[in-house]
Amino acid sequence: MASTDNIDDHHSAGSFPADPMHQFEISRYFELNIGGLDISFTNSALFMVISVILISFFSIFFVRKQALVPSRMQSLVELSYEFVSNMVRQNVGQEGKKYFPFIFTIFMFVLFLNMLGMMPYSFTVTSHIVVTFALAFLIFLLVTAVGFIKHGVGFFGYFAPKGVPVFMLPLLVVIEVISYFTRPISLSVRLFANMMAGHTMLKVFSGFVLSLGFVGGWLPLGVMVAFTGLEILIAFLQAYVFTILTCIYLNDSLHMH
Amino acid sequence: MEAEAAKYIGAGIACMALAGAGIGIGLIFSSYLQGALRNPSAAQAQFPNLLLGFALAEATGLFGLLVALILLFVL
Repeated sequence: MASTDNIDDHHSAGSFPADPMHQFEISRYFELNIGGLDISFTNSALFMVISVILISFFSIFFVRKQALVPSRMQSLVELSYEFVSNMVRQNVGQEGKKYFPFIFTIFMFVLFLNMLGMMPYSFTVTSHIVVTFALAFLIFLLVTAVGFIKHGVGFFGYFAPKGVPVFMLPLLVVIEVISYFTRPISLSVRLFANMMAGHTMLKVFSGFVLSLGFVGGWLPLGVMVAFTGLEILIAFLQAYVFTILTCIYLNDSLHMH
Repeated sequence: MEAEAAKYIGAGIACMALAGAGIGIGLIFSSYLQGALRNPSAAQAQFPNLLLGFALAEATGLFGLLVALILLFVL
């Protein structure tokens, strides 16, 4: 978020007990500045590191034994593997197998970041447009590269769908090009807006609990419990949607419509 | 009109996008229920599509909310 000092100045949370935007503040743990490039280790970076460690631990340590009758944790790993591999198979087909590691990584990374953000006092990395846009732009570049490697110059034919009357083409090509280039924006903004709006809403309701006190605070508290459940659903759902749209984009560039 | 006041009014107007998201989510769930009650055996297979549609419809409304937040905190 833009400078939070600014927010505190003019419309601050005022009398409102909890500033809903405070949770998105980036704080530097140690400063690191190389040639004017600020690469300090922030709380955002810390949570990315935590999620990568957790994912590695989750998907390496628990399947080390490879028991035929899996333990609880092993079957959890297998479930998530199967979930993503089904998604790839249904949306991309057999050719998508090559890209499974990439898509599995994206899914686990976004899922763990979203879920870690649901813990109290933690930081939601995906509630920052920088992170989600970087991810989405990487996907966009990769998918475009795959299209050009597979079809060569023929990939430009993607923008002119087959079986369309010629007089409609000028209009359709423009629409297709625009919709193609807004993909990284819509993909990243969807994830970012969902996470940020959800966490802001939770903070606003917790503010209601505080300001209504012991007598009236129970109603917003109950609503908050329900919303927390909804937010956990959304955290999973957004990771799912992010991944399935990646699959759909990949399918588009592999099979051209 | 003061610029500050216009900002707040604009943010409020931008939040009207959420009405569209509400209609969209309602339509998705109503069509799913209609379809599921007509053919319950096919309902389970369409559940992922239901969630996908829900998430996509919800996101379009949140774009409006995003505009409101940008008006309030960034501009």
